[in-house]
Amino acid sequence: MSFNLLVSVSLGYVALLFMVAALADRRARRVGGGWLRSPLVYTLSLSVYCTAWTFYGAVGYAARSGLEFITIYLGPTLVFTGWWLLLRKLVRVGRTQRITSIADMISSRYGKSNRLGVLVTILAVVGTTPYIALQLQSVTLSFGVFAAPGAEFWDPADPASTGLWVAAGLAVFTILFGTRNLNSNERHHGVVMAIAVEAVVKLVALMAVGCFVVWGIADGPADILARIDNSALAGWQINPTRWAGLIFTSAAAILCLPRMFQVLVVENEDEAHLGVASWAFPLYLCMMSLFVVPIAVVGLEHLPEGANPDLFVLTLPLKENWNGLAMLAFLGGFSSATSMVIVAALALATMVSNHVVMPVYLNSRQGGATMAGDVRGVVLRARRFSIAAVLALGYLYYRFSGGSAALASIGLISFVGVSQVLPALLGGLFWRGGTRAGAAAGLVTGFVVWAYVLFLPSFGTDGPFSPTMLAEGPFGIHWLRPQALFGIDGMDPFVHAVFWSILLNTVAFCGVSIRTFPTPLERLQGAQVVNVFEHTLGARGWTRGSAEAEDLLMMAQRILGPSDAQALFQSEASTQGKLGYLPETTPEFLDRLERELAASVGAATAHAMVAQIAGSSTVGVEDLMRVADEAQQILEYSNRLEAQSKELERTARKLRDANQKLTELSIQKDAFLSQISHELRTPMTSVRAFSEILREGGLDESDQGRYAGIIHDEAIRLTRLLDDLLDLSVLENAQVSLSLGAARLGDLLDRAIAATGALTEVGPDDGLKVARDPGREQIELVTDADRLTQVFINLIGNAKKYCDAQEPELRIRARQRDGRAVIDFIDNGSGIPARSQDIIFEKFSRLSDQSAAGGAGLGLAICREIMLRLGGSIEYLPGQGGAAFRVTVPLAAGRSAAQAAQ
Amino acid sequence: MGKRVLLVEDEPNIIEAIRFILSRDGWVVDTHSDGSTAVDTVLSAVPDVLVLDVMLPGKSGFDILRELRGASATADLPILMLTAKGQGRDRELAERYGANRFMTKPFSNSEVLETVNALQAGVTDQA
Repeated sequence: MSFNLLVSVSLGYVALLFMVAALADRRARRVGGGWLRSPLVYTLSLSVYCTAWTFYGAVGYAARSGLEFITIYLGPTLVFTGWWLLLRKLVRVGRTQRITSIADMISSRYGKSNRLGVLVTILAVVGTTPYIALQLQSVTLSFGVFAAPGAEFWDPADPASTGLWVAAGLAVFTILFGTRNLNSNERHHGVVMAIAVEAVVKLVALMAVGCFVVWGIADGPADILARIDNSALAGWQINPTRWAGLIFTSAAAILCLPRMFQVLVVENEDEAHLGVASWAFPLYLCMMSLFVVPIAVVGLEHLPEGANPDLFVLTLPLKENWNGLAMLAFLGGFSSATSMVIVAALALATMVSNHVVMPVYLNSRQGGATMAGDVRGVVLRARRFSIAAVLALGYLYYRFSGGSAALASIGLISFVGVSQVLPALLGGLFWRGGTRAGAAAGLVTGFVVWAYVLFLPSFGTDGPFSPTMLAEGPFGIHWLRPQALFGIDGMDPFVHAVFWSILLNTVAFCGVSIRTFPTPLERLQGAQVVNVFEHTLGARGWTRGSAEAEDLLMMAQRILGPSDAQALFQSEASTQGKLGYLPETTPEFLDRLERELAASVGAATAHAMVAQIAGSSTVGVEDLMRVADEAQQILEYSNRLEAQSKELERTARKLRDANQKLTELSIQKDAFLSQISHELRTPMTSVRAFSEILREGGLDESDQGRYAGIIHDEAIRLTRLLDDLLDLSVLENAQVSLSLGAARLGDLLDRAIAATGALTEVGPDDGLKVARDPGREQIELVTDADRLTQVFINLIGNAKKYCDAQEPELRIRARQRDGRAVIDFIDNGSGIPARSQDIIFEKFSRLSDQSAAGGAGLGLAICREIMLRLGGSIEYLPGQGGAAFRVTVPLAAGRSAAQAAQ
Repeated sequence: MGKRVLLVEDEPNIIEAIRFILSRDGWVVDTHSDGSTAVDTVLSAVPDVLVLDVMLPGKSGFDILRELRGASATADLPILMLTAKGQGRDRELAERYGANRFMTKPFSNSEVLETVNALQAGVTDQA
């Protein structure tokens, strides 16, 4: 078979995956998921557990060690059939705490400690790198099987080039579909869908090869059983300690592997999916392992001595000249390798960016969380860079280790490495006594032991450990021999490593946990996690009122993006019974905000950011009482009381707001009466004075003309004031009739800007710069163009009059959303103080007492009435740096406007 | 010798009208438009009569009045206050702070002239 064909088929397959991912992403954005969120897709995505090691290596494993390969499936099967005990809790905690990765899970459980996050991240990177190397190796090997000897321009068996190409391609895929949005709790539909497709491909491929072996080469199942009986495989004995060790390790791995945590917890849509996965996933594993032994046996019989059993899945069909089948098998292996690398890179990148890059970045910035500017770009860049770095590490490991070891052994080394998280994870889920220091001690101990007895020796005699060191121990210390700790000889090296690392890890975890005292936040988090099903206590880490809502909004905008952050603040404000974007900073709200942020940047970083604004969190006696189980009954009673008092509080808050508004309005009204008197009397003074002067006569011609001109101008000023008053009164009484027509937003803005340019009331030297994006203003509206333009003129005019920046600039941003056009007017001045934001739209309100602007404080009130008639709205947008107004108008004013005008 | 009046007022048209009325009668009319620096201007060259508007940019006319009455050089300076607000409260405030006369806008030209001349002549009875 032509090697070029193989390359083009692989490329075609990759293109197909890109397309699947792109389509799924688009579908999820358009219709919000649908069947993309089915339990089937979830189960298939779990098959990322079955890597190239499973696909190729299981057969090799069977050829070398008989049925032992089955242990790798037994562990996960046990975990899944017992899902009610463990997985359900893990997923529930993951969802309630908005967990982004296994590192985030550990960090969040132990009091949102970022150091623990970093520790788990390092462990995960070190444990996963060999595994990624393994995948690259398997792809390279399988390419090598097909390679025509002496290919001209590219030797596919050359690990340097093939591995590099594969790693680069995977990096591109992961970056494209894994870093679309920041919020890790928003699922990566594209990635998950591609992985589900790959899951089907690898299952079909392996089953096809299996069927071919059973019915194509042998004469059906009976013949195969006979052949198995006759083969060397039948002679292998089960080694109980190795089996126990392997089952334990694979069960631990399915919980602790970063990629498994990603698909199992982070990408989970619905807890009920676990119920389906609990039987469907073991079934999938069962089908994957069904034909392993037949393929191994037939391969040993048919292929020459010395053929690599890891590649039987490929070499068997090739030898029989079933090239199409060989191609399918190749794609199956390719799928296994790529899906693992993609998800692993994604999971590791999330950890690295959330626990390493973001904390460093935030610390390096003066001003911290409130500083203006968008950090989403930084996080996404960090994540992309991390993906590339993780793959580069995997590639380097692959080059360094020479790709010589048998596939399965690298896989096991990785498994044991990441399993070191298990004591801290299980302890965290089920034991309230586990502390931060205990978790750290356990992790470090397990990690060091694992590295010492398994990881470093795995590099072989060329690696860091010399043969003498392995045989005699470091510096001749006999009981420290890496493969016979404490002088216990004769254990299988793998079992030896599992035993000592997990044992010492657990001992350190429990011992230090018992001897240390948890901080209040650790206690709270511990109770929340351990008792996640019993009650949902609000983790009241925050005290009321110390934070300014506007500062919080500024920070949230930087991480969640302006529209999501504004929506969050608005919804919280409305549940509190307030209008606008600035809710009261209650402890509940701070908690909710922290969780939203945690979904993007991890619990520890989110906590630190909120703490920068709200002050460090304090946990009081009251909160600790809530944690104590003994107080449960009191708690329920007090919960009910609290619900009532919350209701009262909400009502009181509304009343307080209303009262404050009334008081301010009354003051405003008095002030307005003075104001309106002043506004009317001032021009009248000039009119009267100059008309008396003119009546007396005796003036020269030019003075006479000038004085008459002054009378004329002042009369016009009076008229305009009266016009405004009448306009408002008419609008308020709904007597106005709209003249609806088609208009383009951009044109209206042009008109408004031209009109304000002519109205230079402040003087010719006010150089207000207007920044626009005409491309986005091509929005067709059916509305009353004159009225809408009047609103724009008012807003631009206000910016001109009141923007106090050195170089005043007004940004106008337009976009379309939910059948409405949303236009923001944002200037770079000092903005409007929070206490005044509520009243600027009231009639006759003017913030400064001075008549500098020459208006009577009616402009915004008129704007509000107009927008109401047009079926839209105008509101103040806090937290934008300067004064900012948002105008929302329906694309077609038709019915809604008519209704509003009724 | 010139009779000197200082007019503290921010509306250019009203400044022009009062300047015309008073200068026709032989007054030297100085003007000042900024409330925040008005006290310094008065103290640097105390006029014969001061005409003071209430609503000024930077500082209210009442504050200026109070500060002037507190300074020895201007404790007895004849002061006419003008206001466009025309509320009773303003008149009370003006009297409490020690304005000699108080007029609401719009005013009659001849009345302004008479009042200023009367103030200069030392007739300080309340109108």
